[in-house]
Amino acid sequence: MRLTLKIWRQDGPDATGGFETYTVDDISEDMSFLEMLDELNENLQARGIEPVAFDSDCREGICGTCGLMISGLAHGPEVTTTCQLHMRSFSDGEEITIEPWRAHAFPVIRDLVVDRSAFDRIIQAGGFISVDTGAAPDAAATPVPKVQADRSFDTATCIGCGACVAACPNASAMLFLGAKVTHLGELPQGQAERNSRVVDMVAQHDHEGFGGCTNIGECAASCPKEIPLDVISQLNKDLRVAARARR
Amino acid sequence: MTELIDGLYREGEPIADSKAPDGPIETRWERHQFENALVNPANRRKLSVIIVGTGLAGASAGATLGEAGYHVKTFCYQDSPRRAHSIAAQGGINAAKNYKGDGDSVYRLFYDTVKGGDYRSRESNVYRLAEVSPNIIDQCVAQGVPFAREYGGLLDNRSFGGVQVQRTFYARGQTGQQLLIGAYQALERQIAKGTVEMFSRHEMLELVVIDGKARGIIARDMVTGEIETHLADAVVLASGGYGNVFFLSTNAMGCNVTAAWRAHRKGAYMANPCYTQIHPTCIPQHGDKQSKLTLMSESLRNDGRIWVPKNAEDCDKDPRDIPEEDRDYYLERIYPSFGNLVPRDIASRQAKNMCDEGRGVGPAIVEVGPDGEEREVRRGVYLDFASAIERMGRESVESKYGNLFDMYERITGENPYEVPMRIYPAVHYVMGGLWVDYDLESSIPGLYVTGEANFSDHGANRLGASALMQGLADGYFVLPNTIRDYLAKGPFEPVAEDAPEVEEARRSVTDRIEHFLTCDGERTVDSIHKELGSIMWEYCGMERTAEGLQKAIGLIRELKTEFWTNVKVLGSNDQLNQSLEKAGRVADFLELGELMCIDALHREESCGGHFRAESQTEEGEALRNDEDFSYVAAWEYATKGEDAAELEPVLHKEDLVYEFIEMKQRSYK
Amino acid sequence: MSSSIGLKWLMAVTGIVFLLYVLLHMYGNLKVLAGQEAFDTYAHHLREIGEPMLPYGGLLWIVRIVLIASIIGHVYAAFTLWSRSSSARPQGYAVKKSISSSLASRTMRWGGITLLLFVIFHLIHFTLVKPNFNSEADAAAVKESPYVMVSASFSLIWVVLIYTLAMIALGMHIYHGAWSASQTLGLTSTPRARTVAKTTAQVLAALIVVGFLIPPFYLYFSSL
Repeated sequence: MRLTLKIWRQDGPDATGGFETYTVDDISEDMSFLEMLDELNENLQARGIEPVAFDSDCREGICGTCGLMISGLAHGPEVTTTCQLHMRSFSDGEEITIEPWRAHAFPVIRDLVVDRSAFDRIIQAGGFISVDTGAAPDAAATPVPKVQADRSFDTATCIGCGACVAACPNASAMLFLGAKVTHLGELPQGQAERNSRVVDMVAQHDHEGFGGCTNIGECAASCPKEIPLDVISQLNKDLRVAARARR
Repeated sequence: MTELIDGLYREGEPIADSKAPDGPIETRWERHQFENALVNPANRRKLSVIIVGTGLAGASAGATLGEAGYHVKTFCYQDSPRRAHSIAAQGGINAAKNYKGDGDSVYRLFYDTVKGGDYRSRESNVYRLAEVSPNIIDQCVAQGVPFAREYGGLLDNRSFGGVQVQRTFYARGQTGQQLLIGAYQALERQIAKGTVEMFSRHEMLELVVIDGKARGIIARDMVTGEIETHLADAVVLASGGYGNVFFLSTNAMGCNVTAAWRAHRKGAYMANPCYTQIHPTCIPQHGDKQSKLTLMSESLRNDGRIWVPKNAEDCDKDPRDIPEEDRDYYLERIYPSFGNLVPRDIASRQAKNMCDEGRGVGPAIVEVGPDGEEREVRRGVYLDFASAIERMGRESVESKYGNLFDMYERITGENPYEVPMRIYPAVHYVMGGLWVDYDLESSIPGLYVTGEANFSDHGANRLGASALMQGLADGYFVLPNTIRDYLAKGPFEPVAEDAPEVEEARRSVTDRIEHFLTCDGERTVDSIHKELGSIMWEYCGMERTAEGLQKAIGLIRELKTEFWTNVKVLGSNDQLNQSLEKAGRVADFLELGELMCIDALHREESCGGHFRAESQTEEGEALRNDEDFSYVAAWEYATKGEDAAELEPVLHKEDLVYEFIEMKQRSYK
Repeated sequence: MSSSIGLKWLMAVTGIVFLLYVLLHMYGNLKVLAGQEAFDTYAHHLREIGEPMLPYGGLLWIVRIVLIASIIGHVYAAFTLWSRSSSARPQGYAVKKSISSSLASRTMRWGGITLLLFVIFHLIHFTLVKPNFNSEADAAAVKESPYVMVSASFSLIWVVLIYTLAMIALGMHIYHGAWSASQTLGLTSTPRARTVAKTTAQVLAALIVVGFLIPPFYLYFSSL
């Protein structure tokens, strides 16, 4: 198939960017979206044009490195990551607009590559269970009811790709926060730091300049791992409990 | 040192001491830990350690050394330590917990790992790995890793290829992700405390060696292009495996050998580079524009049945129309006791044999055969869940494998609940890597290597669910207890930023970058990488021959010249430049590929992931030659003359002595 | 409290105050159906509640103060969060599609502003200035009887239309607002609770729109 691509190009963090239009031919529907961009880049280089910079690593949908706004949808039209999106989701002759994630907290580094280190700093603020190596009791010592274990797992599948922020009209990272707070909060091991964790992580979230949640639900609908919106409610509840405990 | 052998390499002194303790194997590690010197807590903060790579092995080591109070600097090329490719491991992690009471023990895990590795690993190391394995599970559970649980709330286990006990802990099909997130969170906690300094989007491009000791690295900030010098008392490489030398592999796009290869060029030995694991259950290639291969967890083999049509003329039929009596469940037929659960190397090679016989399925792909002729071959075999769905019901198949089935459907557009999946082997893991002694220290003092980057504990073949175990064992429990013996001698003499060795290392980095940017040739980096990959896959893949390997060495040398004279890298150094990053990696892959072929050529036996067509039993199984090859091949870097166009490495042998386990021909029949 | 979630609590709690008030208000309006006497007595009675503990009109003033405080809180939180959201994404997308959000959720801010303007108009209309739009009505009677005042206005189709549009805006605001408040207060952390909250929000919104629109339409059709 033949496609027209409108791609955001920006030379560096401080440069002004703009859209460039390219066409690619001979794209097979079995190719992944990123393989289509690889092909574009090979062609661009042959013409002496610098290739489009975009992030990707595992290309199996698990590392969370890739992430593009594809014609207005985070990770494109399917519920998956950009790397797992295949060209059979597009039709011949289509025009596709490709933009980087847009958020104050995710500044553009180059072209379609953004800096998501804000997520790391949110985890640093409290997204962990404090246990030094060697200090752990036997793994079987604390049974975890399957319901809690499953909910914990469901929310632990977050890959930190940032699609929730990208899709949110407020550029809020509450789904990311809620997923971590629920993952650790559902487990007996996570109880000791439950209150401080949520308070510190929310403070860091605001400090990074993410917006507030308006419970619209674009985040959960764009999440490639289908993390449900109820983790945000869990986050709010945990914060309420923590605020009361502080008094 | 000997004369040039086969015109390719020389043989040097054997490795005298691997520091492996002697005595009863059960107490070796405990005694060794006691004998290793301690560092007073007050002194630890004066000691600095650089860790390159933040996958399971790197992040766990970083967190543990940070907790101990050392000053740690960690580096990764990704935008966050949470992205390392350990995250993609699906199936699980082994541990000798014996929670199922099915006769498992540390000794049995030790035995299985040595046997699975085809008797090419160091007994002391493997025993230690099995010994610390239960602690890993304890540590991960305490960190909040949500392992699968049963309704009673206790941890669940499953069995995995090559073993007959249930010792594999798992978190659906995302075990690697959950373990890495656990290690990542532990690391982030130390970053917040200030004991660990994190350098994301940084790539190590050179090792700094002063007075024979590893004292730092030269790294490039991939965002600004700045070439930075980082100095420390010790350096740990946890930089992962080099499967991307094949271009198409299940590795992440960024996985590379550069950190390890730069250390190799500075004197670290590279051990058994030809031991490559080809994973049997990957999604077959769709065409020539493919960028990577996707693995599906081997756990699928627990319930899926592998088959090909008995008759080649059935190969293009709808598999559902092929009657039972015309299907060849070849693994169940050849290996009645292990069936579909034979180790990876065997499952992979048999799939290749079936396709070579013309009984493969799926689209026919044009390829160049070993004779140089083009041919069309169907590269795929069926992995069928029809009988599992009948037996367990669709719902329980869905709960066990749903995410894998979804992934398959996304990639291929076929529904595996209806049509059998097609699978084919792909490069997945390398058992080879930098040589290390029992302390995980390389042949350069002060340079430690952990995880897949070292030649490790897996011998010639790794068992499923053992890579995660080894990475975390190294990082959480082994390295922190061995590196202290070295650090106890420090802090070492401070190194000046302008020391001649530092300047030399920086120059080598900047010269290379300068060359790439000004070469102005015709070929893109990817096109050369692809060409290297197809040479490696054809001649140094699942089946190797002396003739093919010699041919490959010639082809790689030509390609190397082509690369250095005709590559085209656009853009500049002072910005994010992904072509430039790739160019540096491919330069090192080219040299590594050559060494892999030399190693494969010199090892005139078949063992584990190394199959030489000349060395097989009458039934076509790998035939070891313990008499002549029961050693680790540790290669020292050397070139023909000053010009690095051709390698002329020096082989150092470390003899493998088996005191506890009797070497046998592996049998899974 | 200045955290984004703190501000949302403020929004949720003040929103609930309005919701309760609106329900009471609706109950009172429906008295119109009982005829002039009942309605006027009710309006008068509102001022006498609590006497002699409270002065004449006292409770009404308490309610008004609570409402004024709530509106300040609600609007303050809304504008602070709005401005944070716009600085959280300084550069927008060239193309952006919505996949799951409802029209109600996307129009909370402009819908809220519309409602604010409507409330001001509504207060001028029936509480502060009480202008007589209907030239056919007897000005003295309008002043005397709340019932006459209301029915005089609602015999004009454009007044009815303004109120209808405002009530639809209110319904949408309440639909997303009530659900959002339950989410913000952390009452919806299970899928079941979410379904319950969504349904409750829908029922409330529908009830309020219908309940408020019955009197104007009743009065309009009776005036024909």
